[in-house]
Amino acid sequence: MEISLRALITLIHGVLFGAFFVMATYGLVVELYRSVYAEQPIKLTPQGYSRERLYLICMVALGWAAVLTGAYVIYPWYRAVPPAGVTDLALYPRFLLKSSAVTAGWHDLGMEWKEHVAWIAPIAVTMVAYVLTRYRHSIREHPQVRTAILVFAVVALGAAGVAGFFGAMLNKYAPVNGGPAIHLRGKRQ
Amino acid sequence: MTPSQPQGVERAAIQSAEFLPNGPAAAAILAAGVGSALLGILAVAADASKPVARLLTFYLPTGPLSGVTSVAILLWLVTWFILAKHWRTRTVAIGTVNATAFLLLALGILLTFPPFADLLQGK
Repeated sequence: MEISLRALITLIHGVLFGAFFVMATYGLVVELYRSVYAEQPIKLTPQGYSRERLYLICMVALGWAAVLTGAYVIYPWYRAVPPAGVTDLALYPRFLLKSSAVTAGWHDLGMEWKEHVAWIAPIAVTMVAYVLTRYRHSIREHPQVRTAILVFAVVALGAAGVAGFFGAMLNKYAPVNGGPAIHLRGKRQ
Repeated sequence: MTPSQPQGVERAAIQSAEFLPNGPAAAAILAAGVGSALLGILAVAADASKPVARLLTFYLPTGPLSGVTSVAILLWLVTWFILAKHWRTRTVAIGTVNATAFLLLALGILLTFPPFADLLQGK
């Protein structure tokens, strides 16, 4: 059982950073939406506020980790140009996708959208985390601020969802591979 | 004085001490909208113009995406810093700030959507 280094890092980017970011953002949206209809302000103990802050910090860190690893580690492998004469495009996902009209759309729409829209998510959740931390005792006194951060959180969830969906589909049709093989278990080939 | 009065006064004092003007939140919200819109604008600019794409290629393996995102993030943070400094102790018209931020956010999303960006460029 082996996995290439590039495939492993892509997995960390998509599953560890990306998927956990989507889950954390989903939790944030649910909690914000719930707070709109709460009759009583939700008061936490100091430890509770500390845990809440940790949750927000982790969510923001996951978002930035996802876009930074995506743009600066995986994207260069994805868009690498094959040397002249190379016919096997397995190590050049962008060119592999664009080599067929059936798969070109995954790049032209999927990657072209994903590579930009994904960045809106960490920008939005950084703002949301800041506002929630700063106004943790008084957010109910600012209903319009709460509405704004709810909208930005929903958009962040949508943007991360788009990036996650296209990331999964791109990796299905043109997986990022290459680099040294990492042996996990069983006999080496 | 009934036993409930000191509690009420105390609660009011705590609430007063905790009350924050909406300026810092408004600064963060508007700056996030600005950052999103800048991301879209720069993405379209880099796609439409080869010189702009070259100018925004800060890291060759990543291409223009490196400059598009770096510049957008830098300007988002600068905008946030400036607005936060000006609105630190102010209560601003949050309805107007929200409407502007939502418009900028929508613009950012639209401009990052390839069919819309292509339409703008007449492709």
